[in-house]
Amino acid sequence: MRYFLAIFALCVLAIVGVLGFRGSHSRQPSLYIFPDMERQPKLRPQTANAFFDTGMSSRLPVAGTIARSQPVQVGPKLVYPWEDSPVVTGRVPGTTNFVEWNPMPVTAELLQRGQQVFDINCAACHSKLGDGNGTPKRIGAMAVVANLHDKRIVGLTDGELFNTVSYGRNLMQGYAGNLPIRDRWAAIAYLRALQLSRLGSLDDVPEAARSALKK
Amino acid sequence: MIIIGGLMTATAVVAGAWYYLTPKWSRVGYQPIQPVAFSHATHVDQLGFDCRYCHNGVEKSWYSNIPASSTCMNCHGQVLKDDPRLALVRQSAETGQPIPWVQIHRVPDFVYYNHSVHVNRGISCVECHGQINKMDEVYQVQPLSMTFCLDCHRDPAAKLRPLDKITDLNWKWSDNPTVNAEQQRKNGQKLMQDWHVQSLQNCSACHR
Repeated sequence: MRYFLAIFALCVLAIVGVLGFRGSHSRQPSLYIFPDMERQPKLRPQTANAFFDTGMSSRLPVAGTIARSQPVQVGPKLVYPWEDSPVVTGRVPGTTNFVEWNPMPVTAELLQRGQQVFDINCAACHSKLGDGNGTPKRIGAMAVVANLHDKRIVGLTDGELFNTVSYGRNLMQGYAGNLPIRDRWAAIAYLRALQLSRLGSLDDVPEAARSALKK
Repeated sequence: MIIIGGLMTATAVVAGAWYYLTPKWSRVGYQPIQPVAFSHATHVDQLGFDCRYCHNGVEKSWYSNIPASSTCMNCHGQVLKDDPRLALVRQSAETGQPIPWVQIHRVPDFVYYNHSVHVNRGISCVECHGQINKMDEVYQVQPLSMTFCLDCHRDPAAKLRPLDKITDLNWKWSDNPTVNAEQQRKNGQKLMQDWHVQSLQNCSACHR
């Protein structure tokens, strides 16, 4: 019995020693003794795959391709990304002039989405207030970040803002790849609201709400 | 004597199987070496980035995308722009060759998990991925086994939170654990009703 106990204890120690404990960090992926159908030879996005010559499962569109199938809802209308419409280009159709106003109907829902998009994407540098005192300023990186309350920027047309958001300007990179068209216009609508919050006077506040402000 | 020995061996085998033959052991803690030493703790916890700055497809797609290298270059075109640690990122952005990131959280191929459905209905990233915002090097926190999914699907009210707190991985209803649990129960049930969240437990909810 004594031998048995000794061997038993040794076995347990050896197994625990080799296999370790739950939750300990490991560089090795888990072993599949019976893989069943857990891993299937199908394409999953953003994975390596030998089927295509690029070695990637996700395909890049042929250069110059424009998606035809995903229209933008503009009020009751659907606008397709290949149309020469201010929604897509930010310009007056047939010209190179930027449109004056946001072509999306500005609703509370659009502004809310705009706030979300702005806080996630724009606020990283421009700060949630839009004053340019975002993270880069805090950590002393990047030379200049625009203050969006600057007169020059307040005076830009919505179309030009759309162009800047989409394709970048100076050090700022374009966000056309990261943000769908509707989100870009939503952020611009919200930016206008932000700017108004600094430009407005007491006369713009409804009579009933004024007393709350003075506190 | 033999009986006792047999019983002990049997107990040890059962205990070992219970302890080891589960994703709680085989998957939790998986922390592969990534091609670029990207730190979520630096970017999220210190610099305050939202998850969706990089994983921008998560609200509309079934999978949460690895960001394009150009997204990294939005900042790193200027910040640490000559740092050797970022050589692979710069090269990737230039040539279009993807960075070979190693996938950590991966459910079986017969599970059709949809990110957008969950994040648009009050399930935070933290429920499955843990506090990524505190990790310098990402590792798997939850087993992501079928029972892990079902625990939540049987009782969604225990996890639902307001939509503007989805990517706030530190967020709680209250710092006091008792109050937090109470609030979660009360508000969770309300959110479930408001958003018509169902407790989906049929096979085809996840398997097709």
